[in-house]
Amino acid sequence: MNTSAHVAVDRRAFVARLLAAMPSALVVSGLGSPSYDVFAAGDRDRNFYLWGAMGGATSLALGLALAQPSQPVVAITGDGEQLMGIGSLGTIGARQPKNLTIVVLDNGHFGETGMQRSHASLGTDLVAVAKGFGIADAFRVERLEGAGEVAERANARRGVAFAQVLIHADEPPRALPPRDGVFVKNRFRAELGFPPF
Amino acid sequence: MEAIKEAPAWQKAVFNALKEGGIQQIAYVPDAGHSYAIRAAQADPDIVDTVLTTEEEGVALVSGAWLGGQRAALLMQSSGVGNCVNMFSLLNSCNFPFLTLVTMRGEYAEFNPWQGPMGKNTQGALELMGITVLRASDPDEVGEIVSAGLDAAFLAGEKVAVLLSQSLIGRKKWERN
Repeated sequence: MNTSAHVAVDRRAFVARLLAAMPSALVVSGLGSPSYDVFAAGDRDRNFYLWGAMGGATSLALGLALAQPSQPVVAITGDGEQLMGIGSLGTIGARQPKNLTIVVLDNGHFGETGMQRSHASLGTDLVAVAKGFGIADAFRVERLEGAGEVAERANARRGVAFAQVLIHADEPPRALPPRDGVFVKNRFRAELGFPPF
Repeated sequence: MEAIKEAPAWQKAVFNALKEGGIQQIAYVPDAGHSYAIRAAQADPDIVDTVLTTEEEGVALVSGAWLGGQRAALLMQSSGVGNCVNMFSLLNSCNFPFLTLVTMRGEYAEFNPWQGPMGKNTQGALELMGITVLRASDPDEVGEIVSAGLDAAFLAGEKVAVLLSQSLIGRKKWERN
């Protein structure tokens, strides 16, 4: 549960450090602040930014990971988005894709809608949930330096991993990635060598 | 494997159409009408099968598969279409190709009234979200219609649902002896 305000990581710094340490990773970002954080770290053709489809980030990343087993795939999302698609952790636990890493930026709140408290600060322990769904390598990150161990797991592709990162409940300046999903999709596929129709 | 041997021909035609159409992933919430395709996919080393906790996961999963260069199909029952509605916006926003096979309830010799509200609105809900609906009711046409839907999805980039009529599946036996 994210209850402690004193152990809190800066979200932008964490995501920037994480992405710098896994330059080849295919990244799916959940709607709202995680998409802004990933874009703020530098736009990449290997990023797929969601602006909607709440609850779908980890499922989309799963389909991608199964299709591209030789590439590290990383879903970066928020606690609210992950909670809406919480069953996907059970699906991922059943499938165990070795190349999938899930990073939940957890501020215990729904940031995009006015900072209402989420289940993650009202009793839900996301690491325990992930473990309960069969993701054995689930752990909490409470320091900026933890980005290194998350990146190491992603790059190694030796098993599905789940990182709950306790972040500040602040709102850094908006950094808006492209909202044109067709553009982002075609750019991402082109990066992997797939042509449009 | 006994169930595979006993599966009706139309269920085999569904799987054959998926296989011949190059499907490499299936995602599903089980239904009796999909049981052959699920078991055949599990037995096929070139197809990855993923069981879902809820159908909207599958909308996102098959989109991710396409991002990664694979063709995937979502198998579900009509009740699951209602669970997917907002997630269908992913298909429209990104113009993802989409193929789902939907076994119908609530429309033919239905015993359970709880299947009616969603079953009778399954086609409408799909069409409201911009998905083209094909219908297969004749067992001899099932394979061809699934194949046609698959081509429209992955050659023309369309979003297609093939509804497999409840009359194909027949009456569900409610009493256990």
